Amino acid sequence: MSITNVKYVLDDDGNNCQVKSTINGQEMYVPMSEDNRHWRDIQKWVADGNTIEEAG
Amino acid sequence: MGNARNLADNLPVTGASSNRNLIINGGFQVFQRASAVTTVPQGPAGYYSTADRWKMYSNTGGGTSHTTERSTDTPSGSGFSLKSVVTSANSSLSSGHYANFDHYIEAQNCQHLAYGTAAAKTLTVSFFVKSNKTGIYTIALYKPDTTAYMYTKEYTINSANTWEKKTITITPTAGGTSFITSSGGAIANDNGLGLGLSFNQAMGSTFSGGTSDVWGLGSDWNYSTTNAVNWMDTVGNTFYLAEVQLELGSKATPFEHEPVGVTLSKCQRYYYKWSSSGLSDNIYVRSPYVHGAPNTSASAAYTFPVTMRANPTMGGAVGLSLSRFTSSVNNAVAQIGTSGSAGAFSLTAWEADAELSL
Repeated sequence: MSITNVKYVLDDDGNNCQVKSTINGQEMYVPMSEDNRHWRDIQKWVADGNTIEEAG
Repeated sequence: MGNARNLADNLPVTGASSNRNLIINGGFQVFQRASAVTTVPQGPAGYYSTADRWKMYSNTGGGTSHTTERSTDTPSGSGFSLKSVVTSANSSLSSGHYANFDHYIEAQNCQHLAYGTAAAKTLTVSFFVKSNKTGIYTIALYKPDTTAYMYTKEYTINSANTWEKKTITITPTAGGTSFITSSGGAIANDNGLGLGLSFNQAMGSTFSGGTSDVWGLGSDWNYSTTNAVNWMDTVGNTFYLAEVQLELGSKATPFEHEPVGVTLSKCQRYYYKWSSSGLSDNIYVRSPYVHGAPNTSASAAYTFPVTMRANPTMGGAVGLSLSRFTSSVNNAVAQIGTSGSAGAFSLTAWEADAELSL
């Protein structure tokens, strides 16, 4: 699975509510939930030394 | 007497008389994503690319590939099957190579199996298969919760290019009582992965250390055995799968044909694809067309047709650059970052993905 351009997205209160990412070439909005397979893949991607970009 | 015998032969010996099949879309009626892909993408994570609920794995080395598509070549002459064709061969698999179709079953749909207890139930998988390449193939059943266990079983395709029905009975004590009937065999009653059924086409040595008809540790990843063929070895090799059923009991009952709407609804718990057919059914993220315009609304909500398994990933958005596309199990909200009075903005397509995975 190709994961790039991972960035937090803020909710209206300014809290991180999801991440926007390019997964296998497609732009995706991924909920920060362990039940979500893409979020688990992003967690592995982070464990491999990558960083999620802060919103802004 | 003959009719009574026929009726008795077709009734399940245990479990429900309807909704017996633990497999969703085992008849390959629903292809929301695409009806065909010319190359199953390479990669260890696998891809949901064609038939709903069926994940394709192709990790067979650079340059090798195979297709997957919906086919009207079926055992009964009607309906659909799932077809794969090798388009670039790998005649010498490396240890870590594999190609297979997987189907994942939600854990809370497996509770009646009583895995993790002495009363654990026997399962039977039945399916039709066809290939030009005869020989030994394998299926695997993977149970990840508590202690991960995996079962593999060989079956043989005897005649080339001929539909053959296969029936495999999986007892919870195959290989011993220290697996499924032990406490480590339990499946959590939740929305995670309960069981994974694999139809293996090629497995390198890392994944083919299993013994047929035996449960073993899931951490050994023994999907297959050393007896199995390498289906990826020749360009043009075909593999068809149809009428896949996994049910309680030691008997394969006739395949349970469902109305397509029923199967589609079951599939939509895991994946839903929406598109608009044009202006008349657009849902506007921002619209000047309402009374009191200019309207500065900058978000639109979409309700899913069925409650999804988990908060889905939102993707495939067409028509707008979004600032957010949040989701719950019930709905999704698309939002643009600025609001104003000019223009009408709407998405024309999106998809929600709450599929199960390893």
